[in-house]
Amino acid sequence: MATITDQGTAKVGAQVGRSVPRLEGRDKVTGRAEYTHTMRLSGMLHVKLFRSTVAHGRIKSVDTSAAKKLPGVAHVVTIEDVRKVIPDPYYGPAFHDQPILADGKVRFVGEPVAAVLAADPHVAEQAAQLIVAEYEELPAVYDEVEALTSKVHVHDVLKPAGTFADLKHLKDAKGTNLALDYRLRRGDVDKAFASAAHVFEHEFRTQKVLHLSFEPHATIADYKDSGVTLHTASQGPSFVRTEIARLLGWPENKVRIKVPYLGSGYGSKLYIKLEALALALSMIARLPVKVALTMEEMFYQITKHPSTFRIKSGVDKDGKIIARKCEVYWNGGAYADIGPRVTQKSGLTASGPYDIDNVWIDSYALYTNMTPAGALRGFGVPQLVWAYESHTDMIARALKIDAVEFRRKNLLREGRPHPTGTVLKDAAIEKVLDRLVERINWKQPMDRGTGVVRRGRGLGIAIKAVISPTTSVAIVNVSADGSVALYCGTIDMGQGSDTAMAQMVGEVLNMPAESVRVVQRDTDVTPYDMGTLGSRSLFHMGHAVRRAAEDAQEKLKALACEVGEPEGSNIPIPALFVKKYGMQAGNVIGTGIYKPDYVPPAPGTGLSSNVTPFWMISGAGAEVEVDTETGHIKIAKLISVLDIGKSINPKIVETQISGAALMQLGFTMFEKMHLDGGQVTNASLADYKIPGFHDVPTAMENLTVDVTQSNGPFGAKGVGEVSTFCVSPAIANAIDDAVGVRLMELPLNPESVLRALRVKAGKPLGDE
Amino acid sequence: MSSKRTIAVTVNGTRYERKDVEVRLTLADFLRHELGLTGTHLGCEHGVCGACTILLDGKSARSCLLLAVQADGHKILTIEGIAPSADKMHPLQEAFRDNHGLQCGFCTPGMLTTLIEFLRDNPDPTEQEVRIAISGNLCRCTGYQGIVAAALDAAKRMRAAP
Repeated sequence: MATITDQGTAKVGAQVGRSVPRLEGRDKVTGRAEYTHTMRLSGMLHVKLFRSTVAHGRIKSVDTSAAKKLPGVAHVVTIEDVRKVIPDPYYGPAFHDQPILADGKVRFVGEPVAAVLAADPHVAEQAAQLIVAEYEELPAVYDEVEALTSKVHVHDVLKPAGTFADLKHLKDAKGTNLALDYRLRRGDVDKAFASAAHVFEHEFRTQKVLHLSFEPHATIADYKDSGVTLHTASQGPSFVRTEIARLLGWPENKVRIKVPYLGSGYGSKLYIKLEALALALSMIARLPVKVALTMEEMFYQITKHPSTFRIKSGVDKDGKIIARKCEVYWNGGAYADIGPRVTQKSGLTASGPYDIDNVWIDSYALYTNMTPAGALRGFGVPQLVWAYESHTDMIARALKIDAVEFRRKNLLREGRPHPTGTVLKDAAIEKVLDRLVERINWKQPMDRGTGVVRRGRGLGIAIKAVISPTTSVAIVNVSADGSVALYCGTIDMGQGSDTAMAQMVGEVLNMPAESVRVVQRDTDVTPYDMGTLGSRSLFHMGHAVRRAAEDAQEKLKALACEVGEPEGSNIPIPALFVKKYGMQAGNVIGTGIYKPDYVPPAPGTGLSSNVTPFWMISGAGAEVEVDTETGHIKIAKLISVLDIGKSINPKIVETQISGAALMQLGFTMFEKMHLDGGQVTNASLADYKIPGFHDVPTAMENLTVDVTQSNGPFGAKGVGEVSTFCVSPAIANAIDDAVGVRLMELPLNPESVLRALRVKAGKPLGDE
Repeated sequence: MSSKRTIAVTVNGTRYERKDVEVRLTLADFLRHELGLTGTHLGCEHGVCGACTILLDGKSARSCLLLAVQADGHKILTIEGIAPSADKMHPLQEAFRDNHGLQCGFCTPGMLTTLIEFLRDNPDPTEQEVRIAISGNLCRCTGYQGIVAAALDAAKRMRAAP
């Protein structure tokens, strides 16, 4: 088919597999890229929130009189005011459990109770400090294991939303903190444990940590009776539109969601966050209203799930794992957000990348009186891998089998059924392990260190199923001058999706990726997408984009035929349009939709013959140096190896691997939200440390194996989260290798290491 | 409660005379809201992340920790003023784009302003020196490797065409 004239520096053709610099790179290095947090509209009011100081309590009174009197204050809003504009002011993706402002009760410290609106944000802030609330404090529950049996109930009645096909089975429930339990039952674990030569049982825990995207949450709502527009830092504008329309009782076509570039997300800006509140406030003020959090307030918006994982394995005399029982407790905080989906979707791979005949998994989503928890780069899988790869290493160590050999004995291989029953395909677990073993010189002896500094190494491997079933729609618009625009709802929050999608369009239409315009997300023009999450976009949206481009290509061919061009004509596209319309006019519009085949897990057994369209596979290896006097750990080497199919943009893949691995290194080594009676005591970037330049391992390798995802767009699959999976256990295993202590709880900070060393030496440290 | 002062500043080569500012207004908010220079990003708002870094008389400074009144009589350079002209990027900007030294871009302006100062004073740095120079700036996306590569590449480009 016709090609357009050169539109950029790149050569025409072969767009996929090329490290195209990010399309928006220039805007970002010149300070011209737009973010919601920096946007302002004419006449806009700013909002400051008054937040709960107690973790669980009945609201006795909220006195807003002094705040209302402050000059410059436009409105002070509580739930009673919200109810006048939105009668049923509850929202959420899995449950409609979250009130726009606290309604009768508060359920976590930091929950918004009242909102102050003013043209000057400083005035709003000052007024918010004049609000006084009285609470009748109630007993609170914080621990996820306690929450399962606690008499303290965070919610009186559970209200499932029924929005997602895979959460439809959620039922109304009372007197429980259990939002969802996912079960998998394969074979007979009890019988297998009884016959096992060895049985190992361990409990692992993870802490509460934060996404900490650098652009804090921000939403501007502009409500008019004719329609509402929201400018929002969201990873899922289609879902926001659905939920806002539901709250308003409006058709979706009156709700417009616009999303500029995101100052990252990592899962924190998924589903619905500030949008419902901003909507209500704009309805009350009849003006554009901006709700923008500070970084400090993000500690009260959404976090990662703390977890407790009890794992038990039965091993036969030959070192084969014959049974594995997994009990996973997810600490979902006060509102379910997407926790139930995390519970189910990660739960189903809780037994790891191993071929085990008898598997029993219980995965519990639990309400507690803490900041809600949601998806964070891995949808729960990093918490699981931390446990099962530490456990796997401990078994190998106890049985005196080499950790790699033990894994090889038990690996799930291509063509074998995963414990869900879904047959493994295009999952290069063994190749990943091989490459890891090679890069970390596993077969060669290492320098173990001397004196107080001891060295060790460790590794881990992991599997994840993608969130399914989800849908993506894309439009490719060819203008009469031959230029091409792509309309897709995938949010570019730094992962480079615009560039990768443009490369796919360019590949099909044989034009430079740099010449393809990716239209900014706006639900008035960009079609449906389930959300930018869980490393799904490159695969799902990639297919939709590819199909849209192919559809456009077919239509261009048909047009050529219609205007009398011979088969295989090389007519330039602009000439084709002129021939058809007599001038530079018209469009050719290609559309593409993708939704994978899927079989939902059977109730009771959790089994499914097709639980995921693709598997994500990764491994990590670490070399550490431990100072036995201080517990200080230096990561000398961190190697990530991923199966991501073919790379659409190798350089972007590399940065995704590097960034995700370092983020997980922070969650592994030091990041932790400290809580005291439900109160976060380190809610600032000064007190909550994230990895800086000096935390980067001395050597860091970000590798992929050379494979093809046979059902992926151009052989590709997702990468965004995949290098987070194995970092924590690889480091814990390396610490054990170095100094012979086993840490069962994250983070692996110097204090934990030193305490463990002192316990081992028979000289335990006191508590304080 | 209004307590305003009149200041005069030069920002990116443009002289602003008689700007009335609230004494409590931070330099970051002055740049972003009064002058519309939104390329200076506010992250943590207490000097930790470095996203809001600008150059004050050629020295890197956190604009979230400065008040606008403190900038009175000084010269400020922001991300918008780095490029030699509207149609041409600074070699540092080119190097960041070409080496994937950024992802979401929110920390990028602060990284660039910090490096402008550093590379001016140290045109041929080692990798370790680069890491130390920008260790006061945080990035949550990249893993930093692309940023270090971009800084080293920029130094090379700037030496080649001073």
